[in-house]
Amino acid sequence: MKKFVSSRWTKAAVFLASLVPLAYMVWGAFNDGLGPNPIEYVTRETGDWTLRFLLLTLVVTPARKLLSLPDLIRYRRMLGLFAFFYGVLHFTTYIWFDRFFDWPDIVKDIAKRPFITVGFAGFLLMLPLALTSTAGWIRRLGGKRWQLLHRLIYLSTLAGVIHYYWLVKSDVRMPLLYGAILGVLLVFRVFAWARQRAHSSRAVMSPAPR
Amino acid sequence: MIIRRAGAGELRWSDVTPKRDYLNRRRFLGAAAGAVLALGRAEAAGAKLSGYAKSKFSTDEKLTPYDAVTGYNNYYEFGTGKDEPAKYANTLKPQPWTVKIEGDAAKLGPLDFDRIMKLAPLEERIYRLRCVEAWSMVVPWIGIPLSALIQYAAPTAKAKFVAFETLYDTKQMPRSQWAGIPLPYVEGLRLDEAMHPLTILAVGLYGEVLPNQNGAPLRLVVPWKYGFKSIKSIVKIRFTDKQPPTTWNIANRGEYGFYSNVNPNVDHPRWSQAKERRIGEFFKRDTVLFNGYGDQVASLYSGMDLKKYY
Repeated sequence: MKKFVSSRWTKAAVFLASLVPLAYMVWGAFNDGLGPNPIEYVTRETGDWTLRFLLLTLVVTPARKLLSLPDLIRYRRMLGLFAFFYGVLHFTTYIWFDRFFDWPDIVKDIAKRPFITVGFAGFLLMLPLALTSTAGWIRRLGGKRWQLLHRLIYLSTLAGVIHYYWLVKSDVRMPLLYGAILGVLLVFRVFAWARQRAHSSRAVMSPAPR
Repeated sequence: MIIRRAGAGELRWSDVTPKRDYLNRRRFLGAAAGAVLALGRAEAAGAKLSGYAKSKFSTDEKLTPYDAVTGYNNYYEFGTGKDEPAKYANTLKPQPWTVKIEGDAAKLGPLDFDRIMKLAPLEERIYRLRCVEAWSMVVPWIGIPLSALIQYAAPTAKAKFVAFETLYDTKQMPRSQWAGIPLPYVEGLRLDEAMHPLTILAVGLYGEVLPNQNGAPLRLVVPWKYGFKSIKSIVKIRFTDKQPPTTWNIANRGEYGFYSNVNPNVDHPRWSQAKERRIGEFFKRDTVLFNGYGDQVASLYSGMDLKKYY
């Protein structure tokens, strides 16, 4: 398993697999496969995949610890960047095919509609993370500060879930499912953090060996 | 109000040979029993309707393709996805069908679908349909004016509103538990809206018996209101003096009003209603007040603040 996770080929395969949703939409666009309202379909799909990749990115750390596969870290940046990639497609679909670059209208829409405001906020929060995703930026910021900055992903994902929840008319099953997954992933982090704290404070309180 | 009566020489639904005799003609001809069976199911979805008249109320806009009209639907009792009603509404049994007339009217009680079909001659009405979700279609409905049924039921002077109810049967609608809205689905109109010549009871589209996902066997079509007002698969019609509760208004009071007239100047709290995407078109088009039927219906609302009575 460890070998599989560390293999260059596995990473290439994950990269290609991450492009399948896009390929499927492009294929559908040329083969009448996007249904009667193609733009609505593409908007929904790109939004869905943004949220899925954000959650996948957040799965990496718990999975590393629970499965004792530290090498899974190799996939985290890639998954995070795919979240950003689908987020860009989602946002582009909106400003292009829904609003046709009517900027005053877009600004008004973002300011006036809470579900768009929160979705846009989630998208903006991804921006610094995508920009500072390189090794050079980790060095420049320093590991601690870089890590702190990249905790913005929690907020971004939460914004995505709220965006989805506020958007549906009545059937909230899917946004609640995404919300529940995010909840589990965050609770894991709280537990890990609390355990670590208990651990280190015990270490401080125990009498020093003479 | 102008009430159109069938003139001399015009075929009425009641002139049609009763189905029993029609079927017997086959037996008379000694046709195979199989053919009789097939005809007995002639009112199943997909069967052709004939003898319907064209209407002056029809638009000459380009029709939305049949596949979109019957494959992109909101019918939450069969799933909340747009493609789900087409996939899952086959469990609905549209025949036999009875509509219960209740409340402040002279002729109360159950009314057979076949009786309703005989109340007025069938007409084709090509109407624009504007969904509250900011998409629209052009649908060639076939049906009768709702006023024909109301005249038959003869509401009393007390009646000011008409309430409608959709079938709610969890056996026929196993997915309805996920609808997220209170069921049975209920809708309502003011009596003058219901009597308006544009308001129809549709029993078909595209020359065919109404497919299940479009609200078989009979549904309301009120073309100047958002689509959700045009309630599907009606089992109950009640005349009342009070404004009846309506499903989306119960589910979300601030977002869906009783009137729900198409109005580009009154936004849905979560999205703009200024534009719409006509299914099959790339660019959005401007939404028109009363969905373009203002000439005929605006007088119904004269003096009313449409922002308040949204």
